[in-house]
Amino acid sequence: MKARVHIMLKNGVLDPQGAAVQHALGALGFDGVNDVRQGKVIELDLADGTTEATVADMCEKLLANTVIESYRVEML
Amino acid sequence: MRAAVLVFPGSNCDRDLAVAFNAAGFSVDMVWHKDASLPDGIDIVGIPGGFSFGDYLRCGAIAARSPITKALKAHVERGGYALGICNGFQVLTETGLLPGALMRNAALKFVCRTVPLEVATASSAFTEGYSRGQVLQIPVAHHDGNYVADDTLAAQLNAEDRVAFRYGEEVNGATDRIAGVLSENRRVLGMMPHPERAAEAAQGSSDGAAMFAGLAATALTA
Repeated sequence: MKARVHIMLKNGVLDPQGAAVQHALGALGFDGVNDVRQGKVIELDLADGTTEATVADMCEKLLANTVIESYRVEML
Repeated sequence: MRAAVLVFPGSNCDRDLAVAFNAAGFSVDMVWHKDASLPDGIDIVGIPGGFSFGDYLRCGAIAARSPITKALKAHVERGGYALGICNGFQVLTETGLLPGALMRNAALKFVCRTVPLEVATASSAFTEGYSRGQVLQIPVAHHDGNYVADDTLAAQLNAEDRVAFRYGEEVNGATDRIAGVLSENRRVLGMMPHPERAAEAAQGSSDGAAMFAGLAATALTA
């Protein structure tokens, strides 16, 4: 079984990389990009029976820095 | 007087830090990250700069979960001193021993130059050799040194006089130009600039030497 973890900067935390991407899109002529937030996706190949709660625990203990990041677990 | 310097795969300021401790009179043990304990009688643990574990996942994240980190936490909980420089500061925030987080520099560029560094408090073993408001010349070399503190944390750090250093000019977008912060008991300091790279005249500035001398004086009287 697999799980996918989406990690994003929390709202209110400035994202300089997202801002740079937004600027670059504007320079390429893409108008109307109001905001860009950059995050990361981590795919986990897990032993059968691993629970969503265990994956959330992995996020709390390592995968996300909950001071600045939020995460969302997707069981596949 | 004994100092331990932690060594992770990718640490690259570990020997510089050991030399600076040594020059101040400490005997220094280098401690590998897989060790589960610190040598007995350690007064201060240094967490050096570098790129531990290749900065994978987040800077300092993997190092903060390595076996030696439990011993570091126990040392700090016993009231021991710890100094994290650059990647060491990132490790200290990742362990939760210091608040806040270090993000990519606001201009997205690696910053490598000597910067003016203002001493924001002289009230700690790390900074008692300086006077408040004194401006030091200390090098920085980092890509992720943008210290992030929300309004509540920034207000708390100011109210508790826990900002140790501020940049004298815009360097990386850090909240309130914070370059170094102290723990609640003032015995843990994390800072992005490198005092160990400015510890003797041959390095271009010896402004960092007083920090190690202050730590040595504290260790002697402890």
